[in-house]
Parts: sequence; structure tokens; C-alpha cells
Amino acid sequence: MPAHSVGLVAAQSARFDAPLVLKSGAVVPAYELVYETYGTLNAAKSNAILICHALSGHHHVAGYTDPEHIKETLGWWDNMIGPGKPLDTRKFFVVGVNNLGGCHGSTGPSSLNPATGHPWGADFPLVTVEDWVRAQARLADRLGIDAWAAVMGGSLGGMQALQWAIDQPERVRHAAVIAAAPRLTAENIAFNDVARQAILTDPDFHGGNFYQHHTKPARGLRLARMLGHITYLSDDQMAEKFGRKLKNDAIDYGYGVEFEIESYLRYQGDKFASWFDANTYLLMTKALDYFDPAHATDGNLAAALARARAKFLVISFTTDWRFSPARSRKIVNALVRNGQDVAYASIASQHGHDSFLMMDAQYHAIVRAYMERIAA
Amino acid sequence: MTENAITLGRPDFDAIAEWVQPQERVLDLGCGDGSLLQLLIESRGARGWGVEIDPQGVLAAIRNGINVIQSDLDAGLSGFEDGAFEHVVLSRTLQTVRNTQQIITEMLRVGREAVVSFPNFAYWKNRMAVLNGHMPLSEDLPYQWFNTPNVRFFTIADFDALCAEMAIVVQERMVFDEKGNRVLEEENFLGSLAVYRLARR
Repeated sequence: MPAHSVGLVAAQSARFDAPLVLKSGAVVPAYELVYETYGTLNAAKSNAILICHALSGHHHVAGYTDPEHIKETLGWWDNMIGPGKPLDTRKFFVVGVNNLGGCHGSTGPSSLNPATGHPWGADFPLVTVEDWVRAQARLADRLGIDAWAAVMGGSLGGMQALQWAIDQPERVRHAAVIAAAPRLTAENIAFNDVARQAILTDPDFHGGNFYQHHTKPARGLRLARMLGHITYLSDDQMAEKFGRKLKNDAIDYGYGVEFEIESYLRYQGDKFASWFDANTYLLMTKALDYFDPAHATDGNLAAALARARAKFLVISFTTDWRFSPARSRKIVNALVRNGQDVAYASIASQHGHDSFLMMDAQYHAIVRAYMERIAA
Repeated sequence: MTENAITLGRPDFDAIAEWVQPQERVLDLGCGDGSLLQLLIESRGARGWGVEIDPQGVLAAIRNGINVIQSDLDAGLSGFEDGAFEHVVLSRTLQTVRNTQQIITEMLRVGREAVVSFPNFAYWKNRMAVLNGHMPLSEDLPYQWFNTPNVRFFTIADFDALCAEMAIVVQERMVFDEKGNRVLEEENFLGSLAVYRLARR
């Protein structure tokens, strides 16, 4: 077993039979959430931390699911969470959950709709970050957790941490909002829409009901992921990793793979399209686009955040241009304006938006220091 | 940690602590590990935020549970609202900031009052050093000329003149010698460190 690993983990599932009325007005009659837990909930139930996932994430956050294939089955934030890691599972009880609308076991577009006996497909309603918070709150109820010691996430996961602090002020003691933004810019939405168009115009999409046609819009999903992936990296990092390196040392004067970066992106796109659900991808990008907690307060983010009782840790990365440090500063400024507690670190990192998933000494030291104070 | 342990060698901290009332909001620019804020929170019941650019300082401040915001002072205080704080502190840092007038103006925009402390270049020992042909080295000017972070060299008299020119009210001024004892006369000659409490007119 790797050092500081939570080890072999298995997902659990919680079923909720009370209908969930979504922000859109649509109703999910019943749903299941898959989740994993690491560490031990203390007697006071005061050491629980919820990890919210980003666009393509899921409940499998730490540890591995196959002892024969440890490296391949590691959780997506395994470098952050485990015994002795920045988020120390010897002190905290950590919960990872797959969001409603996901494609890793929680109820989503690829799940069977009990009303029809077919996958939900296009009939699965769009969900918002607020809806996720409410769905996750029911899981907290089920686990007997009145208040989270912290809700933590990167990117879209950070947005959920922010929404939790606003919507459930008494249930969040700390919110760790990493590589996030208070809302998307027009540029962010534009990228998301091109990604969606790639999927929606794929002939294999079948209006979202491709399951019945025993196919999937792999070309569209692949393109969507390739585009998305570019926005997760930094120009510097791409220059360093790929530059203008050629796959076969010579230009072919054709449209095949010539540059290394093309090869890399196509590989990433193909890999992603083989395991991710296109409807979930569409739904997640829409949740991102709709996220705007200040909308209800006429664009005033400070007014929206005034309800929060949590203390905040906000972290951004210098080369993240998808959700730049300036976006995180908007959150910080609003909190300071309200006289709320917030620590903010801007981490010098090469890896663009993806930095939040990477090992970085300063980043991990900051999270460790913050979490140690929570635990104390 | 006791108050003495925190303030050892920092007479300006004691002066600042006297000016801060419970529940008042303090912004400490260049807060380092947050020692001053910790003192103000623990001994005065203040509420504190700090700005620090150095990664090690930010990490230390987070370890100390300080509301630290990693940011560059030269980029200004544009993220902060007008009048957001009762006190904005710039402790022993003004001489390292290139845009002196802008930072003072900004401090008085976001704070009801600004507290600045700086080494007095006209302290008699510093004058002696220059008369003897060398840049001064002292408790309050501890760097060599070639590695000093200081970019502005000025005196108590110079700063008084700048305040007058900028129409800033000097509400209070405390001057200390190298040992941290209060200097009450001939301050520009006998004082090594000056602490000012400033307000808008």
C-alpha cells in the first residue's frame, strides 16, 4: 500500500425517496447518491469534511478501488487526502460524493428512469449548484452530520463550497474555495457553449437519448474535452511540455497528428469520451454557467455572502486563466468588506487551472496549516 | 504567548496597540506572520486582516490563524472598500514601497486612520555613519546598502513635510531610540524609529 494512503476503498450508496424540487421547478422524484468516506467520524460528529467535485469528478476522491491496479484506480485528490496528508484522515472524517446528474453511480441522465424503464437521457432535468447543496445536505442528514467542519472543493467544487456557506450557514464551519470564481465570465460561458455544441451536433447524440440507439456521441464529447482541456492548462506549461515538438520529427503536410500537443489532446479526448457520459457533461457545464450566488442580491456578492457564518480559505493559482486569481480576489474582497474571516493564498504554479489537483509544496502546506487549525 | 514575548523589540507595536479599541477593524499591510494582528486581537479584542506577499509569511500567518490575504502592496489596495477599516497599519514598510504617496492615500481611503512606522534616517548615529563615509547600519536600519529592501530614505522632518503637503492630519507621533525608549525632544536627531497616526483632514 502506498504511504499515507487511505488504502482500499469501496463506494456506498444512499437512496432518498422524498422528491427533490429543483431550482428550475422540475422534480426529481427519488434519487441515489454514491459516496465514499475516509477516516472516522468522532463521537461529537464535529470532524466531518465534505469534498465537492468539479466538472468531471466523482465520489472516489482518495485511496484505490483495485489492489491489483493501485495507480490506475487512485482517487482524483489522493495527493491531498489520507493519513498524514494535508487533509489528514487520522483527524478528519472525509466524505466524497458523486453529484446528482453525475455518471458514476449517482442518479443522472444515464440512470434508469423508473417511470419509463429507459435511461433518463434528455428527460433528466438540469441541476444547479444550489440543487447539489440541497441533495448533499440530505446525505449529511443521513450520516448524522449536523455541521461540516469544512466543505472543500476546487473549481466547480469550490463553487459548491461557496454555495454551501451561503445556503446552509449553520452547517458549514469552514469553506475551502479553491481555483474557483464567484460566477462565470462571458468567456467562460463561451468555452462551455462550444463544448456543448460539439456534443449536441454529434449525429450520435440523438437528442440526448443515445442510450436506446446503443451508441454515444463520442466525437462530440471528445471535442468538448479537448477544448476544455486546453483551458485547464497554462500556455507556459504547454510550451514547456510540448512546445512545437513533432510526433514523427517531420512535417507531413497533412491533417494527421503532427505536433505532440495534437497527439496529447486527442489521446485525452478519446480517453475521456470512453468513460464519461455526454449528458452529464452537458449538465455540469450548465451548472457552471448558471452559478451566480450574487444574482439574488442584484449582483452584490458581499450581500450574498453576508449570510455565511463559515470562515473561508480561498486559494488561486497564478497561471490559472480559466478562473484567474482576480476571480478569487472578488470572493475575498466581498468577505473582507463584510468583516468575515478569510485567508487567501495565491500560489505560484505552472499548471494553470489543473494546479488545484497537483502536488505543490506551498499549496499543500497552506491547506495543511489551515486544516491543522480546524482540527485543533 | 505573552504580550511581552510578541512585542519584544517592537516598541511601535505597543504604540499601535494603544490606539486600537475592541472590535475595531485593523488592516495590517505587510503583516508577515501576523504577530502584530495577533497582539491586537489577543490584547485589544480587535478584528484583523493582513496583507502579505511573501509565501513563507502567508503560510506562517495561516498557521497563526490570521486572516491573511496574499497580495502585492505595490499593486495598491484597490480590492478594499472605502472606509472598510478603522486602522490601516504599515509597520516599518513605508521605506520599501516605491509609490509612497499612493500607498498613504490608499491607506486613508480604506481606513479611518493610517498608522505608519519607519526608520528615521536623520537619527544621530545614522548621520554619524554618513559623516564617516558609510551608509548607516542600526537596529532599525539593519541592512547593507547592497541588500536593503528599502527604496526610500527619509527623515521625520521629511515625513512631516509630506504630510503637510498632502493635507494629512498627524493625530499623534511617537518616536523611539534604538533601545525602544520613547524620545520626547529633538526627535529628528535622537529618534531611530517613528510611529505616526494619520487621518484625512
